[in-house]
Amino acid sequence: MHPAYSVIVFTTLSGAGYGLLMTMAALALTRSIAPDTRLGVVGLGAAFVMIATGLLSSTAHLGRPLRAWRALSQWRTSWLSREGLASLVTFVPAGVFALGWIYFGTTSGIFGLTALLSIALALATVYCTAMIYQSLPTIRAWHQPIVTPIYCVLSLATGSLLAITVLRLFALERPVLVGISVALLVLAAVLKRIYWSTIDSAQRTYTVGAATGLGRFGDVRPLDPPHTQANYVMREMGYAIGRKHADKLRRITVWVGLLLPALLLAATLVMPPLPATTATLLAVVLCGFGVVTERWLFFAEAQHVVTLYYGAKSA
Amino acid sequence: MTALPPPSAKKLGLVIDLDTCVGCQACATSCKEWNTGGYSAPLSDFDPYGADPHGTWLNRVHSYETGDGDTSRTVHFPRSCLQCETPACVTVCPTGASYKRAEDGIVLVNPDTCIGCKLCSWACAYGAREYDYADGIMKKCTLCVDRIYNEHIPEEDRIPACVRACPTGARHFGDLGDIDSDVSRLVAARGGYDLLPEMGFKPVNKYLPPRPKRDASTSPLARSEMNASEPAHVTGSALEKLFAFADKLLTR
Repeated sequence: MHPAYSVIVFTTLSGAGYGLLMTMAALALTRSIAPDTRLGVVGLGAAFVMIATGLLSSTAHLGRPLRAWRALSQWRTSWLSREGLASLVTFVPAGVFALGWIYFGTTSGIFGLTALLSIALALATVYCTAMIYQSLPTIRAWHQPIVTPIYCVLSLATGSLLAITVLRLFALERPVLVGISVALLVLAAVLKRIYWSTIDSAQRTYTVGAATGLGRFGDVRPLDPPHTQANYVMREMGYAIGRKHADKLRRITVWVGLLLPALLLAATLVMPPLPATTATLLAVVLCGFGVVTERWLFFAEAQHVVTLYYGAKSA
Repeated sequence: MTALPPPSAKKLGLVIDLDTCVGCQACATSCKEWNTGGYSAPLSDFDPYGADPHGTWLNRVHSYETGDGDTSRTVHFPRSCLQCETPACVTVCPTGASYKRAEDGIVLVNPDTCIGCKLCSWACAYGAREYDYADGIMKKCTLCVDRIYNEHIPEEDRIPACVRACPTGARHFGDLGDIDSDVSRLVAARGGYDLLPEMGFKPVNKYLPPRPKRDASTSPLARSEMNASEPAHVTGSALEKLFAFADKLLTR
């Protein structure tokens, strides 16, 4: 599958933004931090900017971006529609929650309820994003039950890492959160390893013989293509460059993008404040790089069934 | 609405005979010609005379080779929307632009509400939907919805452009929901089949398999070749002797 940059930016950036929102709301709910105005502006502000930038970036992928509002209508059947709706609805409790934190200086009572709703809706949005991919039986690498947990865990891992960074910029230390974030990063690495071994060993049950119905006559080979140059179907669904470097990129994702940030983060627990903050920032950069690589691979490695008509033997 | 309507009694579709298709591309060009001016207008092309010509087509004709040696054969394989009974391309559509018609089962894209998110093309197993890079929306076979009910054109033209153009009669149009229709009988008689049935989209369009190859002993061509060394029809009659004499005489 063609890795559209707008979709990679959207899923990683807004994923991290929702993760940051969820972490901030969880910190407020558990009364782990006081609703400081400046902390609220920076932490929740960053979350909103990331979510909004991601959502706007996703419309760059559309042929007719000005019609994007129409995508909110088909939530009964379409995961894309559900995602759009969930992403917008999330702004309501999240906005009220931010108002309570920043303006009224409280996160309890009704604002506590909005914190809870923000977590639920943010998680639902990330889940819907992942379901857009997981629900497609035409792409084996996406049609795996592990896809939604990976999206959710990566969102929480990147978001909690950002939350720790924001707290440290305000000289706040929350070791429990650091522990949770390290665990989420390691969990993400483990889930990705499971994902790759699953898609590598998955039976490729769809064949060119079944796609054309000509398998009954023996081996089916393309003789003449219908067009001399690549068409939309080949450009969008026939992308194959990623598979060439897949092994190296997988190792980079797991070791440089997830486990090294986890190690750095764990090490900050025993560091003085300045090195700890520096190490956290480095972890953010590495993890950001890792998640973008992971998302790029998620698209580039995925083979679509339609490639059977264009020379693939099985899918 | 992208929720599917209840299954329609009428299921309009195509039956494509892979035995007689000669891969001439007449259906594809005729489709392009009609539809670039019809419901799907425009079907954009890019760089038509340059190094990378490409464009939006609703019908593509592949050629495949199957089997080996004596059993090998070339099969031309037209590929277009199969008007599935449970089309995932419709249910994934976030805007309601993609829909399946309740009255005849045709799957269409509303060009006024499609946002060009391309998700339908990801959901389709058959590569039937193509994005129009100039128009910014998805295009697909409409089963020539603007021909088949069109009372402004002669009755014999009220069939899809591809069917009208096919010089070998390899494309058939009709109601596959009616078991007594010509197309349904053809499917039953020739063992028409679905593409990738295990995907579960229940295509309406059917493909007729190439007929079994004649083996060498029964082929009239092979027989005449075998007997080519012997003179044909030597009976030794008087008339034949006369002709032989005339032949000798005139050969001098």
